[in-house]
Amino acid sequence: MKITDDSPPTLSALDRPNSYIGRSVPRPNLARLTRGRAQFVSDVTLPRMAHVAFVRSPHAHARITAIATAAAKTSPGVIAVVTGAELAKVITPWVGVLTHLKGIKSAPQHAIAVERACWQGEAVCAVVARTRAEAEDGCELVDVGYEELPAVTDAETALDAGTPVIHPELGDNLTFERVLVAGDPDQGFKDADVVVETTFVFGRHTGVTNEARAIVADWNSGDERLTVYQGTQAPHMMQNLFAKHLGLEEHQVRVLTKDVGGSFGIKVHTYADEMATVALSKLLKRPIKFVADRIESFVTDIHARDHRVKAKIGVKSDGSITAWEIDDLTGIGPYSVYPRTSGIEANQIVNLTGGPYTCPNYRARARVVFQNKNVMCQYRAVGHPIATAVTEGLVELAAAQIGMDPLEIRRRNLIPDDAHPSSGPSGIKFEALSHHESLAHLDAMMNYAGLRAEQKRLRAQGIYRGIGFASFVEVTNPSAAFYGIGGAKISAQDGVTIRLDAQGAIICQTGVTEQGQGAEAVIAQVAASSFGVPIDRVRIITGDTDNTPYGGGTWASRAAGIGGEAAWQAGKALRANVLACAASILQAKPENLDIRNGAIVDSGTGTERLPLHELARIAYFRPDTLPPGFQAELMATRHYVPRAWPFAFTNGIQASYLEVDTESGFVTLLKHWCVEDCGTVINPQLVDEQIRGGVVQGLGGALFEHCIYDERGQLTNGNMADYLVPMAAEMPDIEIGHVVTPTADSELGAKGAGEAGTAGAPGAVMNAINDALRPLGAKPLTDMPFTPGRILQALDRV
Amino acid sequence: MNAQVHDIIMTVNGEETRATVDARKTLVDFLRDDAALTGSHIGCEHGVCGACSVRVDGAVVRGCLMLAVQCDGARVETIEGVAETDEITDLQEAFIARNALQCGYCTPGMLLTAQELLAAGGVPSREQIRVHLSGNYCRCTGYQAIVDAVEAVAQARHSSRETR
Repeated sequence: MKITDDSPPTLSALDRPNSYIGRSVPRPNLARLTRGRAQFVSDVTLPRMAHVAFVRSPHAHARITAIATAAAKTSPGVIAVVTGAELAKVITPWVGVLTHLKGIKSAPQHAIAVERACWQGEAVCAVVARTRAEAEDGCELVDVGYEELPAVTDAETALDAGTPVIHPELGDNLTFERVLVAGDPDQGFKDADVVVETTFVFGRHTGVTNEARAIVADWNSGDERLTVYQGTQAPHMMQNLFAKHLGLEEHQVRVLTKDVGGSFGIKVHTYADEMATVALSKLLKRPIKFVADRIESFVTDIHARDHRVKAKIGVKSDGSITAWEIDDLTGIGPYSVYPRTSGIEANQIVNLTGGPYTCPNYRARARVVFQNKNVMCQYRAVGHPIATAVTEGLVELAAAQIGMDPLEIRRRNLIPDDAHPSSGPSGIKFEALSHHESLAHLDAMMNYAGLRAEQKRLRAQGIYRGIGFASFVEVTNPSAAFYGIGGAKISAQDGVTIRLDAQGAIICQTGVTEQGQGAEAVIAQVAASSFGVPIDRVRIITGDTDNTPYGGGTWASRAAGIGGEAAWQAGKALRANVLACAASILQAKPENLDIRNGAIVDSGTGTERLPLHELARIAYFRPDTLPPGFQAELMATRHYVPRAWPFAFTNGIQASYLEVDTESGFVTLLKHWCVEDCGTVINPQLVDEQIRGGVVQGLGGALFEHCIYDERGQLTNGNMADYLVPMAAEMPDIEIGHVVTPTADSELGAKGAGEAGTAGAPGAVMNAINDALRPLGAKPLTDMPFTPGRILQALDRV
Repeated sequence: MNAQVHDIIMTVNGEETRATVDARKTLVDFLRDDAALTGSHIGCEHGVCGACSVRVDGAVVRGCLMLAVQCDGARVETIEGVAETDEITDLQEAFIARNALQCGYCTPGMLLTAQELLAAGGVPSREQIRVHLSGNYCRCTGYQAIVDAVEAVAQARHSSRETR
């Protein structure tokens, strides 16, 4: 194996001399992570710091009749025992709704349950002690009286007249409903030669970040300031929420995000126990630390998916698709999660279904219901894996019915590459996509014809291999259309400040954050290229609301496309400022100068005129030698938000090649491919690794991951031995290819790449399994995860 | 709860460390909380994820499945200690060059586990590498980059042995 790029660098017209755009530059922050010298929030300790552990409800739904805390209060090391009612005097409850999701409703949620617990795992009492172990000892001594209430666990019956209403003041268990009719679906189905109808089920799963959620809150009563060390994707959003619910001004709150041990959307929400931790710090006037243990992670980290989608497609015998229809139902737990709401995943499914295709006839309904299980919310690729698996599952089932090759049916229906701008069936707007070029690239890359021949040859030997595909579109670079217009104080814009230090290096402060995706590397590459210094002369500061421009953070594949463009513009602005200074020193015209490789040069000849460190020396220490009236401005800030399009849609196609053991039902993943178009590729290696990691997360959902609840609302597999995640031995090698269609909304042209892998992998695997089992007459599998038991059932073996 | 305490002496990264610990304290909690060595991470606390992997008397073990008192008299090595020597410099460099870590939380355990395989000599196949690392959970990378990095180091160490 050679360590090389999968893809050659792609150079754009923007490239400057010594550009790092399109190069696989190593990330600046990796060495310390390989030496045990990182600082994750779970590593943070502060003077006088105490630890909190929570007594959690063992019931899915119960009235709290009494909490006896006396024994816990005298337990060794215990500092305080605090109930929900006591903490409610310090922190106000919240309601997770957004105004642009019409009709969405939820009930007030408290940091610690007051009077009633609504899911198994909801915190009902906090114990603060000198150590976590002593806090847990104290929890065992808290005696909570419960009166068990009927638990609503089945989403299918949540809206039935006989089902108890979890929040009676809301009238029913319906959180949100969206109905959409586009084109003429009735006529479309009439025009079809074949109508395929089936039900897809997507199991509840969760993010399983390797580092659990962690927070250290430090209320300093002398400064009247709260400093919060938090493993979060959105520091400014959390600053706003801590201030709002503790009754503080935002400037009184500083959120610091150090190394984050995985996020994937898990760490972009408001968690009751984290809100409780900041409130306890304010109440007890000392630093308080909370780190979820693994069981707490399983019962309180947001879950995702858990959708049941009845779906229908109409096709003509020539393969043209005539209509789509979906009916989505999802149960999201007892509260819509704050502040992004739990309506977004269903909303995305309505938006994205049928997205890659030209057929405009579409009917959709999505219903989101309350239930007494852990809350659900946005996790990597929100809605995409579901919409993609439904769409692509329907397309391949239809192709099989009419006897058409699965790539051929796509060629006949995918939006043509020259038809843009265009829109999807739901009305989502596409600036420019490359479905056909991507498909052709995939076809060649995987040697499709050769694989089909191999598949046929092996079937004769009783070996069942399958090939499955998934075309997809991906939402990236969200504008304010995602959250801001709905009233959430989540910034769509982001900023970068760059300053020249006194030795000619540059310091970049940015509102985007780093949780491993490589945001720091990308900002450094762009800033170095735009301004004109070697990348080792760039330092990045991120994850600190006191010291970065206001911004949204890193989620929805926005860091490179939005943060990167801000860095590009800030670098240009600082370059202009520095060249004005250089011109005054050199008695030259700024337009005849440039900054290259850390020095002022003649832009025409490239001849060095003045090293940056010399310019910095003059500007900072001998400004008296500059012409009268000239003031050097060696710091520049620029912000960016997409304006021309609500989202920068990307596209791509994946393929899975796998073998099903028809005796055991085990699936062996042999190979996986993804061709993806994220516009300008700033760092090919980082893009490819985002896709690979995302694919494997999608494979986990397709084959292994499932939060299994019983009918009483008890999570029965809340540990890593029983909840299976992808491990190295089961995962295939994944080949990545690129097509490059930059967005014209920014100069950089970069779109996001973080969701693509997860978006397409489950659908591709589903289609490959069904392709493998089709000759055996198996009923198509549409119920994820595809466990060996389910596969044997489809084969009528059990 | 009246925890029993024990006096222990262990060598941690070459330094003799004396401590009084609760009987119930795990090795990784001791290393992180008492010895302030936070390079060993806590992931699942029941031996599945491998984030807490450390070496005890030369063998890679789960720091969450051993008690600190069990290590009385033992030689314990963590990523901080191993990284101070030259033992895995090539492996660390390969991880960086190949972006075989994203969030980096699994990386210390992954490096120690991979080094265990590499130290056995030979050039393992990709499948052997995957199987050897199959007790170390990485949520970010999808594993391929890690396998690539370990394979590259195995080949490089092998060819440097051949030419010696």
